[in-house]
Amino acid sequence: MPKSMGILGKKVGMTRVYTELGQATPVTVVQAGPCKVLQVKTVETDGYNAVQLGFDAKKASRVNKPAAGHFAKSNSEGYYHIREFRSDKAAEYAVGQEVNLSEFVKAGDVVDIQGTSKGKGFQGVMKRHGFKGGGGAHGSNFHRAPGSIGCSAWPSRVIKGKRMPGRMGNQTVLRKNVLVFDVRGDENVVLFKGPLPGAKNGLLKIFAK
Amino acid sequence: MSNIIERIDAEQMRMDHPDFRPGDNVKVHIRIIEGSKERVQIFQGVVIKRKRGEMNATYTVRKVSHGVGVEKTFSLHNPRIEKIEIVSRGRVRRSRLFYLRDLRGKAARIRERSLNN
Repeated sequence: MPKSMGILGKKVGMTRVYTELGQATPVTVVQAGPCKVLQVKTVETDGYNAVQLGFDAKKASRVNKPAAGHFAKSNSEGYYHIREFRSDKAAEYAVGQEVNLSEFVKAGDVVDIQGTSKGKGFQGVMKRHGFKGGGGAHGSNFHRAPGSIGCSAWPSRVIKGKRMPGRMGNQTVLRKNVLVFDVRGDENVVLFKGPLPGAKNGLLKIFAK
Repeated sequence: MSNIIERIDAEQMRMDHPDFRPGDNVKVHIRIIEGSKERVQIFQGVVIKRKRGEMNATYTVRKVSHGVGVEKTFSLHNPRIEKIEIVSRGRVRRSRLFYLRDLRGKAARIRERSLNN
């Protein structure tokens, strides 16, 4: 995980934007921030430096009492998403401070973005690992199966890490060096070039560089 | 949430283009950069296809250049297109005019459409 400060965002969806030269560029639209600093962790008190941010405000009536106590320290009602950013600059932030998008990204920058990929369920080896599979016709009896998974009497076991069918997706994915295409600070909207992990409304952690 | 996307799209959409249909003969004025100079290139031909979709809408123009059929597909909202000029409106009975590819000369003509039908 990158050790840098950043901001939390929500994937809105994708569209295309034309450049000056008329090239259509695929962009992902992200609603990022404003976030509130809920807690500042330091080496002395917690053993490491980090800033805890809250994103997407929640009504006070939806917050349970233990969480309300934590939110009260930063003078806020509640947030749906709470995430930490490990950063050595943690001491520069104060509890209750509002953090905005424009502090971390500007058009032309590259950032790292972490999200949770869409869950694909239990998938076979062709989709999950890109196996080639067999012929579909001409009397072929081998279609999408994984084939042999190892040898016989020796070693009489399947080697560890053998790629097999199983659960796919719903994993933490970090996309590195994502180009910031455009920032609309007043709307808290940022456009990144290309796709980002996860479904619409999925939480994204944007790490500034 | 998705009205953010609608707004981003709306900012870029070209609403200034005239309403044209498959069968129409159009001149597409394209601004192209050659070295350091910018000039307007005109591509004239028959619209053989319009693909719908908000930001993704495209149209295909076909012409016969020196006996060779040339087709170009443009994005409807591309900012490099200066303008689309309608030369004549054609009356056709389908939305995709791919049959024109097999026709030459007189057979590839399209009847004029009067503006009130």
